[in-house]
Amino acid sequence: MMKLNANLATRWIAKPLVFLLCLLPLGWLLAGLADLAGFVQWPAAGLGANPVEEIQDTFGIWGLRLLLVTLAVTPFREILGWPRLLLFRRMLGLFAFFYVSMHFLWYLLVDQGLDWRLWIEDIAKRPYVTVGFTALLLLIPLAVTSTQRAMRRLGRRWQRLHRLIYPAAILGCTHFYWQVKADIREPLVYCLVLAVLLGWRLYRYRKRASRRRAEQDAREYQQASGAGLPVQPLAE
Amino acid sequence: MRIRPSEITPEPVYRARREFLAGIAGLGAASALAGPSLAEQIMNVTLIERLNYKRNARYSTSEKANSLADITGYNNFYEFGTDKSDPARNAGSLRPRPWSVVVDGECEGKGRYTLEDLLKPHALEERIYRLRCVEAWSMIIPWIGFPLGDLVKRFKPTSRAKFVEFTTLLDPRQMPGQRSSVLDWPYVEGLRVDEAMHPLAILAVGLYGQVLPNQNGAPLRLVVPWKYGFKSIKSIVRIRFTEGMPATTWALSAPREYGFYANVNPEVDHPRWSQKRERRIGSDSFLSRQPTVKFNGYAAEVASLYSGMDLTRNF
Repeated sequence: MMKLNANLATRWIAKPLVFLLCLLPLGWLLAGLADLAGFVQWPAAGLGANPVEEIQDTFGIWGLRLLLVTLAVTPFREILGWPRLLLFRRMLGLFAFFYVSMHFLWYLLVDQGLDWRLWIEDIAKRPYVTVGFTALLLLIPLAVTSTQRAMRRLGRRWQRLHRLIYPAAILGCTHFYWQVKADIREPLVYCLVLAVLLGWRLYRYRKRASRRRAEQDAREYQQASGAGLPVQPLAE
Repeated sequence: MRIRPSEITPEPVYRARREFLAGIAGLGAASALAGPSLAEQIMNVTLIERLNYKRNARYSTSEKANSLADITGYNNFYEFGTDKSDPARNAGSLRPRPWSVVVDGECEGKGRYTLEDLLKPHALEERIYRLRCVEAWSMIIPWIGFPLGDLVKRFKPTSRAKFVEFTTLLDPRQMPGQRSSVLDWPYVEGLRVDEAMHPLAILAVGLYGQVLPNQNGAPLRLVVPWKYGFKSIKSIVRIRFTEGMPATTWALSAPREYGFYANVNPEVDHPRWSQKRERRIGSDSFLSRQPTVKFNGYAAEVASLYSGMDLTRNF
């Protein structure tokens, strides 16, 4: 009974809540656009003097934040012992993909204004654009294979494929770091968080590997020392 | 709207401003308006003093000027924080009066001068200039100021003076952004003497007919409209004449990205972004960028300063 209640609470309360929270940045931008267009007078949601840049930066920063939150699910799940956190990972990852995609589409269609020669020049010539674009490309197969069906069909390969989030997050942080002018403090915070999240995985991987090695060593020792031989009766 | 106590101009500052204005070349005592307008309160500026000036039509563009809210709310002034909205929020701690400027180096008029004495003989003009930021956005700003060259002449630079170096105030209590070392403080900029003598280069003390708000570089700032905005140094406390090229802040911070000359030039990209086009802040067509023009559209006046120079190398 308790278990059923927890499932219901996750499904009908926690998940919709997280969903709405993930929509907040978009809602803020829409409020700002409504203010800009003069539909409402709401300067608090104002997008400032340079709305095009403000919208693009907001999409980008929330894409990166949600990517890091997605990467934080597994460590928090294991450290806090909350297996249920896993149920939120797909939604968080898809929201990260949504914001990163909007960041890119806004850049392409609004900031660069539909001029494909400028896109090609920018993506090829500007390293920070190149790495940002590569990060987006890496996220596409992950979004496509995020369904239950794809998970079942891919089996063990699904997990291997979804490790692409690691290079995508590294490129995302690099993209942020490379585009600031002089104040690197904010991108450094993101790099640090990413380093902790990836460092924890490396630590866990090495710990598991050493445990496996120790178990293997013990098995081999036991075999070599004859501990594995069938027991036989001992004549008196 | 609630106004925080920190946003209200303290009485001594207010009085000092009035004295300062009364002192400007007998241009008439300042007239206080009824009170700060809503826009002024929002932008944390108290524009209470009107300046007396004549419009200089010859050196003014007919393009539509940006709103006061845009000009005072979207600033790069790292001394008050690196976000565009930080200067409007934080510049209240700057005390622009009393103010003095040290003049030294290769000139006869070395010394420390009060702002009032510096400004006294100069008639103020309004110049509506284009401002092109190195970050590929631009504005139209109605500055109030006077030609830099007229001031330079008063200090009688010697024949050894080839450059003019300007320095911003260094005081982390007034400029909280200086507590973090995003740039090598104090901010230093410079011009070649012939650039400084060009009639388009001005020192501004106001905008939109009123005293310069703190976040725009009060009380005295440079405006060099054919160069990227970072050349137009704010809140100047020192002017030095030198034989060698001054080491300027952004050029020191990232020499590959920012040069001494920093002339607006669509043919020379910033290593990380294109300089071919710019976004005009506040424009009706803010969704699209417009082409950037060489020397920010002032080529007819200033291109001769750079004849024979390779502007790709001297960027």
